[in-house]
Amino acid sequence: LAVPALVVADPDDDNLVINGEIEMTTKVEPADHLDGALPTVMSGWHFRADETQALQMDDFDNPGMIFVDQAMDAWQTAEGTEDKSCASCHEDPADSMKGVRATYPKWNEDAGEVRTLAMQINDCRENQMGAEPYKYDSGPMASMEALISVQSRGMPVDVAIDGPAQETWERGKEIYYTRYGQLELSCANCHEQNYGNMIRADHLSQGQINGFPVYRLKNARLNTAHGRFKGCVRDTRAETFAPGSDAFVALELYVASRGNGLSVEAPSVRN
Amino acid sequence: MRLWTLTGAAIIAAGSATAGPVAPTDVAFGEYGSVSESLTGVPGDPEAGANVVKNKGIGNCIACHQVSALSDTPFQGEIGPPLDGVADRWSEAEIRGIVANAKKTYDGTMMPSYYKVEGYIRPGDAYTGKAAEEPLDPLLTAQQIEDVVAFLMTLSEE
Ligand code: HEC
Ligand code: HEC
Ligand code: HEC
Repeated sequence: LAVPALVVADPDDDNLVINGEIEMTTKVEPADHLDGALPTVMSGWHFRADETQALQMDDFDNPGMIFVDQAMDAWQTAEGTEDKSCASCHEDPADSMKGVRATYPKWNEDAGEVRTLAMQINDCRENQMGAEPYKYDSGPMASMEALISVQSRGMPVDVAIDGPAQETWERGKEIYYTRYGQLELSCANCHEQNYGNMIRADHLSQGQINGFPVYRLKNARLNTAHGRFKGCVRDTRAETFAPGSDAFVALELYVASRGNGLSVEAPSVRN
Repeated sequence: MRLWTLTGAAIIAAGSATAGPVAPTDVAFGEYGSVSESLTGVPGDPEAGANVVKNKGIGNCIACHQVSALSDTPFQGEIGPPLDGVADRWSEAEIRGIVANAKKTYDGTMMPSYYKVEGYIRPGDAYTGKAAEEPLDPLLTAQQIEDVVAFLMTLSEE
């Protein structure tokens, strides 16, 4: 590339502290499995304008927190043929869900598959509650993911990529570097080679998902990682993948692993 | 995207009344990616070319390139080199080659191929996210390429 990303990458040096007390790690040494692809791993927070950044620094200002409250109601609502709620089995999410987000997607031994948080939520809904699954990237799903994620805020993302998860991780990596669509662009073209650069009006970040689900000012709701992936693939003039598809599950594991060490930030705020 | 499809169709219709443009699969690239023959035989219109370069729904070149001559259009990107003085660095044939298919000049470049219709991975129907059958319509018509080349040839600082 004519413009080396290193020289022009201009994320800021601000510190993210939430509610004046939760200190977030937003820049971290890359994990070995990145093979030197990024000199520093950075949260998307650094690439946003000061006003957008500020919204995430206090839960009273963070519009994503409303959805966390809504999910707390859902958490306590009995549904399905078993007439159970999440609380029936998991009681207080502040205890039972602490640290959970940080390790997802993760291998589930019994099911013999890599599971995203969304898949696990729906597994409990269907098989524990006898309730309808949430649509994969729907509002209620994003809200429930946010409620579970917020219990891990500030903890380092730590997804496992070896053992039985390795095959899925490899597939995700392949997708990350594939140049899809009529514009022939890969995730890496934008988020590895050009983070810090402007692409038209957008300041490119590293496309990390430690902040998901993300509240976007643009659509005033919580957005899932798969929803974002879908939009980014669509913007290459490609046939996109479906939220919840094997391809996006693999991609989620891979992208999450690129952010190992960053704090869980959800619900973060972006434009 | 509807905009360029409409303008594209109009231009193709007009072109076919005369000789007909070189098809995307028939373009003759030189060893280093240049294209010496005009794709249409009709001289490019630099003003129309400037519009293609800055318009988000057409070439959208300034998503990646800065062009001082188009400074009235905000939000110019930083992915590729600024195009100021590009006519001093490259010949017309080289510029035509870069605009038609930059990958013939720069192996593996991030710049999209604007006059190519097949060989894509999961090609989509414009920005709908839905699948499309190849051959696709090229991103720019032959005449739009010629217009862009004509515009870029005006970007000389010497
Ligand atoms: C009838 C019991 C039951 C109900 C109701 C239930 N779950 Fe579960 N849940 C389980 C069991 C059992 C596990 C697996 C525990 C394990 O193996 O770690 C589990 C695991 C999970 C996990 C993964 C925890 C981890 O450490 O990986 C999440 C997240 C979760 N449930 C969320 C929910 C949500 C959200 C709801 C409500 C929509 C819900 N559960 C309802 C029984 C239940
Ligand atoms: C044509 C450029 C382009 C491509 C290709 C692209 N993206 Fe993006 N992506 C963007 C832009 C622009 C944004 C919004 C600004 C930002 O956060 O980078 C974005 C945002 C994101 C975000 C949100 C980051 C945050 O902190 O909120 C994620 C995650 C993401 N992209 C992942 C991907 C993945 C995975 C792929 C490949 C499947 C991909 N992107 C391909 C341009 C692209
Ligand atoms: C997605 C990004 C992107 C888009 C869109 C794009 N380009 Fe480029 N362009 C590049 C990059 C990157 C280079 C540098 C080549 C390289 O080293 O890979 C380049 C190089 C060039 C060059 C050679 C510049 C020089 O000074 O050597 C010209 C001319 C050019 N582009 C014209 C255009 C035109 C005209 C359009 C629109 C019709 C366009 N580009 C759209 C990324 C882009």
